[in-house]
Amino acid sequence: MAERTTTARSATREEVRQALSGRHFDLKGFVFQIALLLTLVFALAVLIILLLDVLRTAVPLLLERGEQILTSGYSSLPANAGIKQGLIGSLYLMVFVLVLALPLGVGAAIYMEEYARDTRLTRFINTNIRNLAGVPAIVYGILGLAIFVELLKPLTGPGSVEGKSLLAGGLTIALMVLPIVIITTQEALRAVPQSIREAGFGVGATRWEVVRSHVLPYAAPGVLTGSVLSFARALGETAPLIMVGAVTGFLATQGGILASLQQRFTSLPTLIFTYVKKPQPEFQELAAVTILVLIAFIFTVNLTAILLRNRYERKW
Amino acid sequence: MAQAALRRTSGLSPADLQGTRARHRRERLMRGLFFGAALFSVLISLAIVLSLAGGAIDFLSKVDLGALWSRGWFPRRNLFDVKTIFVGTLIVSAIAMVVAAPVGIGAALYLSEYASPRARRSLKPIIETLASIPSVVMGFFALRFISPEIVQRLFGTDVPLFNLTAAGIAVGLLVTPLVASVAEDAMHAVPSVLREASVGLGARKRTTSVRVVMPAAVSGITAAMILGVSRAIGETMIVAIVAGGTGGSLFTLDPLKGGQTMTAAITALATGSDQVRGSGPAYSSLFFVGMLLFLLTLGLNLLSERFVRRVRRRY
Repeated sequence: MAERTTTARSATREEVRQALSGRHFDLKGFVFQIALLLTLVFALAVLIILLLDVLRTAVPLLLERGEQILTSGYSSLPANAGIKQGLIGSLYLMVFVLVLALPLGVGAAIYMEEYARDTRLTRFINTNIRNLAGVPAIVYGILGLAIFVELLKPLTGPGSVEGKSLLAGGLTIALMVLPIVIITTQEALRAVPQSIREAGFGVGATRWEVVRSHVLPYAAPGVLTGSVLSFARALGETAPLIMVGAVTGFLATQGGILASLQQRFTSLPTLIFTYVKKPQPEFQELAAVTILVLIAFIFTVNLTAILLRNRYERKW
Repeated sequence: MAQAALRRTSGLSPADLQGTRARHRRERLMRGLFFGAALFSVLISLAIVLSLAGGAIDFLSKVDLGALWSRGWFPRRNLFDVKTIFVGTLIVSAIAMVVAAPVGIGAALYLSEYASPRARRSLKPIIETLASIPSVVMGFFALRFISPEIVQRLFGTDVPLFNLTAAGIAVGLLVTPLVASVAEDAMHAVPSVLREASVGLGARKRTTSVRVVMPAAVSGITAAMILGVSRAIGETMIVAIVAGGTGGSLFTLDPLKGGQTMTAAITALATGSDQVRGSGPAYSSLFFVGMLLFLLTLGLNLLSERFVRRVRRRY
């Protein structure tokens, strides 16, 4: 034991002398750092190749047909087929998210953060919300299929529509993004300092008055960012829509959203799926054009969220 | 006492400070509405469980149980071999994690330990943009690029265009941002005292990252991996597009063949590439597979939550 200590000490002394006097280049460390950086380069490369691949396929068709693709509907002839109905269908689905998921989600988050005490029920609801956020999208599709398409068929789409209507699709998507809205809103509410609330209570305001006039205005940017992100999520989601019947490219566009509610529907991502599955190369090009439009849509939405966050983010 | 003092000094009674009845009513109303919204989320869970269980029980009562362990997954011929689609899902998820684990954790380590705040601000959007790519787009990319340019080039052109490996790689790319962001959060939560102690002892940057930060964040990194697997299992569109086996599949362990996963089986049943309609066992098998999928991902998510909570408790 004693022997080991002395040799260790002398070795350490030698090492310390060298370490203090010499210059070292940590080659292994450098290689390691480069390897780590390469993972990010790899991710960037994937993005670039993906976009280039889509562009390469889409651009010839875009040059040939121009905006006619945007204005023509679904057709089994690739030369006539377009993405108009998918575009409108996706916008309609956004309306469902806006009207249903946002108010419900923000309301639930306000209850969980502002009203609820730390009871067993509260903790259960919180765990439940977190688990809902992790449920695969396709399971929401099965839920939509069982409840909106089959159980509520007389309401969602009587007759030949068989319940596979815009209403069923919109409700399914709204349910799917609800947990995301709740969780992001909860985070935004939690970021508002307690002193803001106490100031409100101090002048005699009730809980709701404090929430409305103090907490929500300060949390608004965060809530907005979260909502915008849930829009992006809803825009790109395909699986649940396919489950509730958005397979073909049909959407009744006459008479606006109310007339379309009980009719069959489609959306940009389902249209991509439909086109990708067809063997003809022309449909592959059409799929690429649809992807370009969808990605442009999603990037715009995400960019809005980032700009909102940067503009209104406040440090306490 | 206090009430008497209040009346003496201001001439007010507590009743005067309670507010009007309308104000109380509005307060109760808003509280009730918000509570209803919160309770609605429980209702969704209930609806999910009920609709899955109802269909699954219906399926089990109709089908010959021997069909659940047979040569393959062919709903139209009443062959529902669960192990075929389960193994298909396992193969795709395993390949996905081979891609997502090193890339995700490497990116997280770089962003958390090496990148300066400025570099971080410009590098993080790469991961965030990758996260915003819809799965159906990744499916297109898998079919048009990953399968012909990577898989077929590496393993020869006798590999079919629709194969499990291409699906796995694409799912991995899709899952990478999730793994990266959860792992980075975990590394970020490691107190800097630990890093400073390590550097103070003369450790190099790499030693500090690998021997101090990573072990301290191991719970969170595990959680990131589990979440990644859970997301990979639930991923649908990529496998529906590129995994092959749309009409059904024989049992296979070969990742270079086409195959069927649980999610792809569900979409195939619902879109009717088999044209299964009505109430035969084929249609209700969709709910049975959905039930398995739900239980599997729920279990994984709960497990990862436990790991995340362990990180929180420690620091």
